Amino acid sequence: MLTAEAPLPAPVRAEILALAAREPHPRGAGVAALRLVQARFGWVSTAHLREVAGLLGMSADDLDGIATYFNLLFRRPVGRHVIMLCDSVSCWIMGRGPLCAHLCRTLGIKPGETTADNAITLLPTVCIGHCDHAPAMLVDDTLHGDVDTATLDRLIDTLRDTP
Amino acid sequence: MTPPTERPLTAMIDPAAGPPDCAAYERAGGWQATRNALGRLAPAGIIDMVTRSKLRGRGGAGFGTGQKWSFVPKEPAADRRKYLIANADEMEPGTFKDRLLLEGNPLQLIEGMILAAYGVQAGHGVIFLRGEYHLACARLHHAIGEAREKGWLGENILGSGFSFDIRVHSSAGRYICGEETALLTALEGRRATPRSKPPFPQTGGLWGAPSVVNNVETLCNLPHIITNGPEWFAGLGLGEDGGTKIYGVSGRVVKPGAWELPIGTPLRQIIEDHAGGMRPGYRLRALLPGGASTAFLDATAIDVAMDYGSVEKAGSRLGTGMAIILDDRTCPIGMIRNLEHFFAQESCGWCTPCRDGLPWVERLLDAIENGSGQEEDMDQLGRHARMLGAPGRTFCAHAPGAMAPLASGLKLFAADFAAHIQQGRCPQQPGA
Amino acid sequence: MTMTSIRIDGRDCPTRSGINLLQACLEAGASLPYFCWHPELGSVGACRQCAIRQFSGPDDTKGRIVMACMTPVSENTIISIDDPEARDFRASIIEWMMVNHPHDCPVCEEGGECHLQDMTVMTGHNARRYRFTKRTHRNQDLGPFVKHEMNRCIACYRCVRFYRDYAGGDDLTVFASHDNVYFGRAEDGTLQNAFSGNLVEICPTGVFTDKPFSAVYSRKWDMRGAPSVCVHCAVGCNTIANAREETLRRVLNRYNTDVNRYLLCDRGRFGHGFVNAPTRIRTPLRTIDGQQVPVPMADALTAFARMAARGRVVGIASPRAALETCFSLHALVGPQHFCTGQTRQEHECVELAHALLDRHPGALPTMHEMESADAVLVLGEDVCATAPRLGLSLRQSVRQASFHTADDARVPRWMDAAVRTLGAECPSGLYVLTPAPTDLDGVAAETLRAAPDDIARLGFAIAHEIDPAAPAVTDLAPDDVLLAARIAHTLVAAGKPLVVSGMQYGAPALMQAAASIVAALARATPEAGLSLGLPECNSMGLAMMGGMPLETVMEQARAGEISTLVITENDLTRHLSPADVAELVAAVADIVVIDHTATPLCQQASLVLPVAAFSECSGTLVSQEGRAQRFFQAVFPPAPIQAGWRWVQALARGLDPSLLHMAGLTGWRDLDDVLAAMAVAFPRLAPAAKAAPGADYRMNGQKLRSQTYRASGRTVIRSFVNVRDQPPPGSPDAPFSSSMEGAFGPDMPAALVSGYQASPWNSVQALNRFQHEIGGDMRGGASGIRLLSRTASDEAGPRPYAYATDIPTPHTAQADTVVVLPDTRLFGSEELSMHSPSIMARATAPALGLPAGMATSRHMVLHLDDGAHVLPVEPVPGLPAGIVLCPAHMVARAFRFPRVARLERIPDEGERS
Ligand SMILES: Cc1cc2nc3c(=O)[nH]c(=O)nc-3n(C[C@H](O)[C@H](O)[C@H](O)COP(=O)(O)O)c2cc1C
Ligand code: SF4
Ligand code: FES
Repeated sequence: MLTAEAPLPAPVRAEILALAAREPHPRGAGVAALRLVQARFGWVSTAHLREVAGLLGMSADDLDGIATYFNLLFRRPVGRHVIMLCDSVSCWIMGRGPLCAHLCRTLGIKPGETTADNAITLLPTVCIGHCDHAPAMLVDDTLHGDVDTATLDRLIDTLRDTP
Repeated sequence: MTPPTERPLTAMIDPAAGPPDCAAYERAGGWQATRNALGRLAPAGIIDMVTRSKLRGRGGAGFGTGQKWSFVPKEPAADRRKYLIANADEMEPGTFKDRLLLEGNPLQLIEGMILAAYGVQAGHGVIFLRGEYHLACARLHHAIGEAREKGWLGENILGSGFSFDIRVHSSAGRYICGEETALLTALEGRRATPRSKPPFPQTGGLWGAPSVVNNVETLCNLPHIITNGPEWFAGLGLGEDGGTKIYGVSGRVVKPGAWELPIGTPLRQIIEDHAGGMRPGYRLRALLPGGASTAFLDATAIDVAMDYGSVEKAGSRLGTGMAIILDDRTCPIGMIRNLEHFFAQESCGWCTPCRDGLPWVERLLDAIENGSGQEEDMDQLGRHARMLGAPGRTFCAHAPGAMAPLASGLKLFAADFAAHIQQGRCPQQPGA
Repeated sequence: MTMTSIRIDGRDCPTRSGINLLQACLEAGASLPYFCWHPELGSVGACRQCAIRQFSGPDDTKGRIVMACMTPVSENTIISIDDPEARDFRASIIEWMMVNHPHDCPVCEEGGECHLQDMTVMTGHNARRYRFTKRTHRNQDLGPFVKHEMNRCIACYRCVRFYRDYAGGDDLTVFASHDNVYFGRAEDGTLQNAFSGNLVEICPTGVFTDKPFSAVYSRKWDMRGAPSVCVHCAVGCNTIANAREETLRRVLNRYNTDVNRYLLCDRGRFGHGFVNAPTRIRTPLRTIDGQQVPVPMADALTAFARMAARGRVVGIASPRAALETCFSLHALVGPQHFCTGQTRQEHECVELAHALLDRHPGALPTMHEMESADAVLVLGEDVCATAPRLGLSLRQSVRQASFHTADDARVPRWMDAAVRTLGAECPSGLYVLTPAPTDLDGVAAETLRAAPDDIARLGFAIAHEIDPAAPAVTDLAPDDVLLAARIAHTLVAAGKPLVVSGMQYGAPALMQAAASIVAALARATPEAGLSLGLPECNSMGLAMMGGMPLETVMEQARAGEISTLVITENDLTRHLSPADVAELVAAVADIVVIDHTATPLCQQASLVLPVAAFSECSGTLVSQEGRAQRFFQAVFPPAPIQAGWRWVQALARGLDPSLLHMAGLTGWRDLDDVLAAMAVAFPRLAPAAKAAPGADYRMNGQKLRSQTYRASGRTVIRSFVNVRDQPPPGSPDAPFSSSMEGAFGPDMPAALVSGYQASPWNSVQALNRFQHEIGGDMRGGASGIRLLSRTASDEAGPRPYAYATDIPTPHTAQADTVVVLPDTRLFGSEELSMHSPSIMARATAPALGLPAGMATSRHMVLHLDDGAHVLPVEPVPGLPAGIVLCPAHMVARAFRFPRVARLERIPDEGERS
């Protein structure tokens, strides 16, 4: 099984090296490489961060300074699914506040936390460019608009059931 | 592209059908500009056409696109590494126009980039895409692959001797990456701190090489300018500016959305005709005309023409042209607090006033909204609006952008602020 | 830069065009606050503290707010610092910075010398209006040198700009964003960069503080300061020694335009711990019945008189002892009986270095000048280990190309971030040819790993490539021929080429080759510079004095010609093999050791006399570039601890005057007398007397004070002795009052600056008040004096240069033996700093460095003169075949390089042999 502690699989390493090769300096591939690792493991563990840094000829400290800078790079484990509920202005006007409260109640967690069954992590996100369908959210890679409590409840049920 | 249409940017976009492939794009008039330009027009000729078209940057600052390009050193692409970068970071709250273009017709952006790159003789193209745009990312990759396969990208395009290719950089979420110098820093695998100018990106940009950064919408206009001529484009605008603009409205209107309209279309027309007016039971109180970092206009400004000059005269900025509506049943202080939370969180942390001033502002607004506001808080808010709002106080335009809604809001909603503080609660919250 | 004038608040101030307005304001004496700007790091405009109003012309009444540090001086610049809005903004900046600051000045070790405190007072911000909670951070353990208190951070970004951009470190960085930015390491752990200690001074608040100092902490105003010179390598960095209660508390950087400027290496900053270490000798010791026992001074002197009466006295000096000490010994025993305390090989290498520097026709660049060399060749010396601060200067030299790009783009060189952006892909002009990897490799255009002899051959080939009159090298490998041509081409094309070598590998050929290259270059480029690294803080001074090598002493001793050896500050066990030491000890009747630290040699002595360490006396050292520099007394130790020359003088007084080589020796009253006598005996050393003003120097008729006006009461400062007011201790050797009485000010001679303070500037950044131009000369003139100089010969044109012709033969790996080279270490190889607890903590265990292919087991046995050493093994990338690296002095105490030795493999556990 792939774990966040095991070394990166060879194809991932190869892909990172390929990303690095097309940059004038390998560090240019930093964000792309970390996103790649995250796509595979859900988050970027310290072990993986170190490995990526080595591949890019950077220190782990250096790369971590970048990893911790960006919102979408997770340096802590997340659940199997990540709900990113927009907290920016249009969605706020259109009622994201009560929706967030509803989600927290239903999931029994606060924003930034993961459910006990490790199914869902709830995170706030800045405007995701779906303001004409506010309130909006990203569930993993999929955009959802005009969200209401009913759609939320249905969604949570399906998420809990999907691996 | 024939026949000339009043919706050149969105004519080919059909959300139901998905983006056109290379063949469909070509049937609808695509690639014609590239055929006309590459090897046939001098690069300087392209720059000249774009200047004459009166195209101004659609990323928010509204700088003349042709003029911006004119600062790029003139060596042929083969002799010097240069970059053409599409700014597809679109993280300005309330803004969703670039996503429409990216998802709806990625080939149009690609062609725009080829033309721009040819004009400034850049051999390397990068699309700086915000990380959350997964669908756009997939479609861009597909379209680039197809364009490359068909010879529109790569070595010696159309036998013109000009080579150009594009890659997509998926960012990892940070509003400041949209600021063009921070974007360059991010592409170099660093923390996205803005850079001081000089050097301007056109002379010392990505990895120190000459670079042009243009907004997606800006670039998407280029094929149409080249095909139909700069005069045609300039004539599309209703006022001083050339072309069409994608306008949008969000908030409690009947039909929130985005529409391509002649630049300079009056705001009233956009809100009432296209967005269907306010939802029943809601009145228009005020609005941010062009995204979160523009100043509030109140309902009396609704007849302003949505072009750069007119909106500025009205006391705000056209920005991205994507309006956010504040209705009479939403607390303006709550709205400003939401905006300032965004700006405080998205500060890059480089300069003191922005890094440490914005969180203070956010807390003051929290306190006022939650009923623990004090009279002195208004002085503090005013002081911050003054200190962070004027240009040159902070390192980049992030903090002045953040202060635009605050400073205007302090004036427009003075009574609301006073009521919050006097009553020790938000009068508009349930139970009020 | 051309002179111009700017108008500041209605006052016309002369200044230079091209510098930034912040610098111009400071130079004009204005107190304009700032944080992120640092003279050595340039401007980035992050803190926004230096806001002023600039007007576009005399008719402009509105003006606009600009950051002074980001705005160049231009002709007719009109600005206002007093502008109410600018003032208000500056006060606001402090207010914002203090939002999350813990307000812990009373317990903060930066207190009283804190730039943030100064700036806070300067801006007038004094009432807290932020009424919400503060965010807090967790601190990190950054190792034995630097303490971390992140909550005090004001996010000026100086630390990372210094550590990463300037010093090349990669284990300290910024994490997270917005008001949550965190400056530290990914995980707790020791800062790895050799210059980490500078964070203490670079950081304008108390985030990074001096950890060893913390354990013996005192407020700045309660310490005495003395201008000093680092004794931990031959570079000669200028320092300030701070003392209280007659103990040395810390060492700070002392600005010297030409030498170390704003920065010290960690060995220099933290090596001083030997002074207070348990190994210090504090009383005379006499060996009675095989036992060393403490004796009174008079007893020791009588004992010596008895010894000296029995036969010939020979003196052994030391490259780590001050000129005055060495000279006094010379005056005692005379040239025939004066030894430099170095083996023949060391001795000859140093003499060669001296001769080459003296003779070659190129330039003798200062360390600061080396920073602007546009092509640098490092020839067989790991400068980062042997002369760390010099390595830091060479690291800066690689920025030259980016400066030229910036010039072309009309971006001022001080626009740090912009210049770095423009220079992203500028080529480096640095070539590093060494046997093993060095810290400079990362910024080099090319590196080559080869044996010292092969590097020397390549060097000669480069010289030949530049000047066909230089001897050719035969049988060079084709790759080397090409490399030599490339390097020659780069050096010839440069405006200010520099060649750096040294005696780390004990290979005279390397230094000869380096000098040949410079001589070849100098025909067309007189600016071509040569720099040669020497081992000890006074190696050059001693070379200029001359003397015999230890081998000659051995011969005389064997012949029974020596009765008594007087050895000053030299542990011979570091130079001679154990067998030689034993033989020497057996062959002479008495050994007198004058030293401050109990070295193994002391065990062998009949008499041990406690000498003052550098912080406890005044004296002169000559750095490797031939710069004589004075260090002054900060600590007044109890008698009989005294300067080396005073001990020698005391010994001399017990002898029959006819036995003295220089009878005047007994009459010297103070340091100036010693220097005057030396000037007569050694005319080439005569200018050393002018390294600093003499003891009779007075400013406004007064001595100089070495404490601040704010020093807590004198009764308090000596309360550990006696609460009664006592006269402050004094020294006849220096123009210091050693108390808070006396003159002090920005115009005092630079060599006498004992600390920086100029109200309202209390931090080290008060330095800006002591400089003519920021980053330029001190108002009080130069500190130290160059003894090697070009001036005399320059007028006559370049002297003809006789190229060295003895080109070594190529290195070939042997089947049964290896060549052992020193693995010189920043922490571990230098003698004195290894008694400093914090440095000891940074010295890693010795290991044997092997070519990657040879490291086939975890341990190996190295057979040296003194026996077999079992050592863990470490592969060294690129190390040539047949060569191994052994940490200098850590395995065998005395270790002469290069050394051919036998190496034996130990099978790993579980391995079938
Ligand atoms: C804080 C900040 C965020 C910005 N974000 C974006 C953005 O997301 N997309 C964009 O195109 N321009 C953004 N800009 C504007 C860019 O800096 C730049 O002006 C623009 O990309 C230039 O393209 P244009 O000339 O085609 O408008 C931002 C500017 C600032 C100060
Ligand atoms: S104003 Fe300053 S802290 Fe804010 S985003 Fe710009 S550079 Fe960063
Ligand atoms: S010192 Fe000028 S902005 Fe920091």
